[in-house]
Amino acid sequence: MSTKALAAIIGPGNIGTDLLAKLRRSDHIEVGYMVGVVESDGLSRARDLGIEASSGGLDWLMSRATLPQIVFDATSAKAHRAAAPILEEAGIVAIDLTPAAVGPLVCPPVNFTEHVAAVNINMISCGAQATVPIVHAVSSVVPVPYAEVVASVASKSAGPGTRANIDEFTHTTSRAVRELGGTARGKAIIVLNPVEPPMIMRDTIYCAIPADADHDAITASVRRRVAEVQEYVPGYTLRNDPQYDPPRESWDDHGRVTVFIEVRGAGDYLPEYAGNLDIMTSAAARVGDLVASRLAPLVEEVAQQPSPNRVSEEAAS
Amino acid sequence: MTGTHRPVRLTDTTLRDGSHAMQHQFTEAQVRATVHALDGAGVEVIEVSHGDGIGGSSFNYGFSKVEDITLVRAAAEEAAQAKIAILLVPGIGTMDDLRNAREAGASVARIATHCTEADVSIQHFGLARSLGMETVGFLMMSHRTTPEDLARQGRIMVDAGCECVYAVDSAGALVLAEAEARIKALVAEVGGEAQVGFHGHQNLSLGVANSVLAFQSGARQIDGSLCALGAGAGNSPTEVLAATFDHLGVETGVDVGGVLEAAEEVVRPYLPRWPKADRTAIVQGWAGVYSSFLLHAEHAAERYGVPAHEILQRAGEAGYVGGQEDMLIDIALQLSQERDLSAVGAR
Repeated sequence: MSTKALAAIIGPGNIGTDLLAKLRRSDHIEVGYMVGVVESDGLSRARDLGIEASSGGLDWLMSRATLPQIVFDATSAKAHRAAAPILEEAGIVAIDLTPAAVGPLVCPPVNFTEHVAAVNINMISCGAQATVPIVHAVSSVVPVPYAEVVASVASKSAGPGTRANIDEFTHTTSRAVRELGGTARGKAIIVLNPVEPPMIMRDTIYCAIPADADHDAITASVRRRVAEVQEYVPGYTLRNDPQYDPPRESWDDHGRVTVFIEVRGAGDYLPEYAGNLDIMTSAAARVGDLVASRLAPLVEEVAQQPSPNRVSEEAAS
Repeated sequence: MTGTHRPVRLTDTTLRDGSHAMQHQFTEAQVRATVHALDGAGVEVIEVSHGDGIGGSSFNYGFSKVEDITLVRAAAEEAAQAKIAILLVPGIGTMDDLRNAREAGASVARIATHCTEADVSIQHFGLARSLGMETVGFLMMSHRTTPEDLARQGRIMVDAGCECVYAVDSAGALVLAEAEARIKALVAEVGGEAQVGFHGHQNLSLGVANSVLAFQSGARQIDGSLCALGAGAGNSPTEVLAATFDHLGVETGVDVGGVLEAAEEVVRPYLPRWPKADRTAIVQGWAGVYSSFLLHAEHAAERYGVPAHEILQRAGEAGYVGGQEDMLIDIALQLSQERDLSAVGAR
């Protein structure tokens, strides 16, 4: 008898496929459905794994005899805005990997506990998932009036959605730096680098700190936070010790701490260099697990139907 | 097609690329005096922005002494005939910054991307055109891709509303025929629909020579800075460009005596140091490193006790692009750790 929550993924692209690989390792979630709007490789891959997959879109999903309890949306902001009210009406928790920001912005180690019962959870941006935990770790120790984050990603890992609306990244990420990071002002910068072989995602976090800040306490807080993120993104690492610069007049007499992060992806479906995409799917899977563990499992229905996962495991073995 | 009716139009970027060399500490008085002199000398486009474009004021690139929008407004007030241009790098600046610059009086939007990433600029060209601005596309680090690919990237910009595509030699790394080939490829691709421009740096002392070749290959807009004030070993000096094109009998509309005076009397007194091809700057041209990294590498070198030219050499090997100034600290830390290790090993 399954004790897992039943989930669906909409958007069978690279992100959806990588997320599926991660969720198949989950103890709390069983992916029953993969949904697209056109026939695609992603749907075929899901079917190969024994998952019910359709190009019938949200209408198809909502007409299933057993509805999912959780939907991961890896489509687009526009599509998610349309889907959100339908999912909410049906009592399905939406975990939104698009920039739609219908629900609260969530970064698992920073503020998930404030949104345990949210019906719609937004995963913000890759840059935010990689940097906000650090800003928050610093602002938990000292007041941070200004934080700035620089995300460098491989050109090959920046999809058409990001490219068509790069300002959306800048705005959403800087908003998360302020609201979740706990700073009055925040700035986000993204750089695309086409070098071959592709560069692994890098993030630099700068925080303005008081002149008399306790550097050891900040470093300890940052290290603890990196370890927390590593629980769900194993390739999330500090490249160097946090670096401290003495106060400057041009920094309003504040000092500065700089933290260098590397995010190497797990290489599930996406290549390892695409840490920016991996941290999104990893954070979404983490939130999915946390949500699922509070939901009552769909024990009866799931148990009565042949489990798609079990079928696939048989197929694979 | 808008742009210039002249054989060559000089765009002066003392107050934008020069911002790197000034560590973004331009005062309003310096901006007004420089605009006044350039405008009086007949320079038709004057670029004013943080070195990394509007919105560039930051820990990563350096905070501006005076907000760039304030400087744009002052420049627009000061200019009688010249248009004020701004630079915007998508990913650093935003469309809000562009709207603010337009409101402050900027009328030319120069949108910059790394030479292979033109598609991140589409939204910004659309907005600039809808705001009634003249548009320029700035394909930075042009040495890092082939002429053919550069032309494809130029096509993306022109289709998005760009009226002049520049081959930007951000690293001062293009050598003569390499600059020529890029301009020719761009002209062949977009020539009927948009103009082509060239922005040179002096790291290998070829900014002016490349600019002449660019003109002979069909470029109509050429960038320069007074006293070469700019990143790396500086830009093609505006006053040298003006004199050279005049010598060639190519009309730019710029009064040579006027820009010589602007360089000598207005800019030279506030130069922190005269940009020149010293070891670190030459390494930038040689290794193909973004010129704006120069002062950041020098600061990291001083902070961590490692040579600036080694930091830059490694930045070139790693293929870092404009905007990745943070990586220079990372490299300095690596170099410093490697030195500690070898010192231990030597004992």
